[in-house]
Amino acid sequence: MILLDIVIMVMCTIGAVFILIAALGVTRMPDFYTRLSVTVKASTMGVGFILLAAMIYFFEFSISTKILAIIFFLYITSPVAAFMISNTAYKTGVKLWDKSVVDELKDADFNKNNDNIEEEKS
Amino acid sequence: MTVENYLLYVVTPIISLAFIIILLRFLKGPRMYDRIVAMDLLITSGLGLIGVFSIYYNDSVFLDVATVMAVIGFLSTIAFAYYLDKEDITRK
Repeated sequence: MILLDIVIMVMCTIGAVFILIAALGVTRMPDFYTRLSVTVKASTMGVGFILLAAMIYFFEFSISTKILAIIFFLYITSPVAAFMISNTAYKTGVKLWDKSVVDELKDADFNKNNDNIEEEKS
Repeated sequence: MTVENYLLYVVTPIISLAFIIILLRFLKGPRMYDRIVAMDLLITSGLGLIGVFSIYYNDSVFLDVATVMAVIGFLSTIAFAYYLDKEDITRK
């Protein structure tokens, strides 16, 4: 019982520290895209650790399935949301940091995007 | 030291400090996208706080709230991205 308490404490602390690192990153990073990357990775890891600690604490079948569903949903949807918001930001002209090395979408012409969609339909 | 005391005096202040720091970016954010990202991170950190509360109060009903909040956070970010893409607003 005491061992399980120690495991719960350690996992909650790791999750909270991950969330704090994500908060520091979203405040201190110089660019929109670096902020986004820090946010997604660290926040899903932090919430995953805290919810796994809750799963160990309750130790029932119904609650465990609920928590695993939440973690699965977060791991599926968080990169999708990050991709959508970064794609929109790049299209509407949010610039990269000055010291960024790789810009793979530099040559892509987003002004013709609507035409491409129409061509795919026809 | 029990689990409840540890959660109340160590884990919850760390998450609250994270909330305050994210709120700084939410207020400062130069563009709209920074605010959207900060809001998404606020909702996701709220999920962590709800998990800690469900351990602290020994009540698993809070996890239903966590499910609903995860769905709301995802859908709000997707909706903001979709309509900003459609409107083609350029706020610099």
